[in-house]
Amino acid sequence: MSRSITLVDCNNFYVSCERVFNPKLKNKPVVVLSNNDGCAIARSEEVKTLGVGMGEPWFQFKDLVKKHNIIICSSNYALYADMSDRVMSILSEFGFNQEIYSIDECFLDLTGFQKDGLTSYAQEIRRCIQQQTGLPVCIGIGTSKTLAKLANHIAKKNGPFQGICNFNAMTAQKQNKWLHKIKIGEIWGIGKQLTPKLRQIGIYNAFDLKHASPEILSLQFSVSLKKTICELNNIACVELEETTAPKKQIACSRSFGVLITSFKNLEQSITLYVSRAAEKLRQQNSYTRSIHIYIRTSPFNKKESCYANSMTISLPEQTDNTLTLIRFASLGLRKIYRNGYKYQKAGVLLSKIVSSKEYQPSLFSKKKSQVKSDNLMIVLDQINTLMGKKMLTVAAEDITQPWRTRQSNRSPGYTTNWNDLIVVDRFI
Amino acid sequence: MTNTIKTHGGRRLGAGRKLGNNMAQPTTVIRVPVNTVKIIKNFVSTLTREHASQTHVGFSDLIQFIRARQHITLPLYTSKVAAGFPSPADDHIEKRLNPSDYLVENDTATFFVRVKGDSMIEAGIFDNDVLVIDRSKTHQTGDIVLAMLDGEFTVKILTQSKKGVSLIPANRNYSAIEVKKKQSLEIWGVVTGSMRKFK
Repeated sequence: MSRSITLVDCNNFYVSCERVFNPKLKNKPVVVLSNNDGCAIARSEEVKTLGVGMGEPWFQFKDLVKKHNIIICSSNYALYADMSDRVMSILSEFGFNQEIYSIDECFLDLTGFQKDGLTSYAQEIRRCIQQQTGLPVCIGIGTSKTLAKLANHIAKKNGPFQGICNFNAMTAQKQNKWLHKIKIGEIWGIGKQLTPKLRQIGIYNAFDLKHASPEILSLQFSVSLKKTICELNNIACVELEETTAPKKQIACSRSFGVLITSFKNLEQSITLYVSRAAEKLRQQNSYTRSIHIYIRTSPFNKKESCYANSMTISLPEQTDNTLTLIRFASLGLRKIYRNGYKYQKAGVLLSKIVSSKEYQPSLFSKKKSQVKSDNLMIVLDQINTLMGKKMLTVAAEDITQPWRTRQSNRSPGYTTNWNDLIVVDRFI
Repeated sequence: MTNTIKTHGGRRLGAGRKLGNNMAQPTTVIRVPVNTVKIIKNFVSTLTREHASQTHVGFSDLIQFIRARQHITLPLYTSKVAAGFPSPADDHIEKRLNPSDYLVENDTATFFVRVKGDSMIEAGIFDNDVLVIDRSKTHQTGDIVLAMLDGEFTVKILTQSKKGVSLIPANRNYSAIEVKKKQSLEIWGVVTGSMRKFK
């Protein structure tokens, strides 16, 4: 039986979330900026038309903002996470298997539903999400994940589809017509590096790739390309993953709100990032063997002297302990820190991560003190889960954090904080 | 009482021996984040009442304290318990009542907003009440709704008739809003409940 794999994707997710709670943003150009108000990470349709690119740094489109009165929002991840959670949990009731692919998109397996009935079923899904959360979504249906993605892309870019494209219900002729229109770079899994190489051998669009030889191309490129070709030919090769695999690397980095120069402030920020990364590490029951830290000045500021350095520290034994990690990160920072520069960003990367099953204590580890400290970590996480983030922190993080990320236009926590509820006070 | 500032003589603020404590222990001054002051104070005073004699207080006590305050726990029994006898009904303690279950029917579609003003007092909605909005409900005439009229939120009673849509306040001192065709109206959600705290 042919599969009916469905991709549901929220339109301009972050902007749409902001619009649900702030009616003044409707039908206006809106852009959401990344942490520290650096780059555009979500754009309303109006802003896309004005030519602001995804990930474009804010200072590059500053003039457009003034000219067209673009409304700027700082990112409010607490709000987006809650809205995403609502969408995903509503969707889970519509299909048998669900893979949450990212904060704003998920795959559903609707195999077994009637081919034609499926389009109206998708309309019902769309209507339901719109009504219950206020968020617009697009839905694509195909026989494989790749085709579902592709159908979703068609639905999103072409108004007449009204947000739903059921590739399975199309005639072969019509399917081919659309495959011709999809450029190679827009296919799921075909990245920036692969695109020019495929063009060189005469593969320009999805139709070309569908009819290319998977055997020859997999020799020339990679097995994953072979899978993509099979998927375009209605053979589902990539299954839905209902549980996410534990991460092999955990990173935490931010740009600073103000440039910082002192070692003390840098150390505080690194401490914070290590704490966050270690928390994520413990959440997925893993240990790390290596910690990488880096600091740099702004690459855009040509007037000041530039400096960037990093250091990877191999740990004497696998650990998930915040305090141990902070100690080593701090030692590393001491080595790479140079006085007299204005630092703009710092970050931490944990790699060589193993699951707790593969944990090997070192022969000479000081067991007793370690157990005590590990218990402290368990309690730390428990308290922070129960009482909210950052209830307990390592003192070296410094409570005031003058260098903290700049978020000048962040919306309130409408759904996560009693003090931030929408206030209805119009008498009219 | 006059508020003139004394320049000399008399009592000085903060001077003298500090008040004693009832903690049966030596105490110390600590620095904590402002938003944790309340819960830590609460914890310490509960501790003093309940475990004055306990010499060592661990993290587990703090966690227990927090847990105890996270959920509202009102056990519901299916029968009265006869004094003296171990009741067989105790085996049948049912799920504890949780106000969320009472107020919230559809968790994923429920949002809360705060009301300011008195335009709905005759419907039992007062200044500063928190309203429960269920977006999964289809609105009907007579429902109290959160409407978005020309980009502004308002809470009113919805009526739909041949003449058109109106938003009616529940307060004699206010007049009904007849929504004109050129106005933009969106019913954001249906108000299904309200919450108020007296203390």
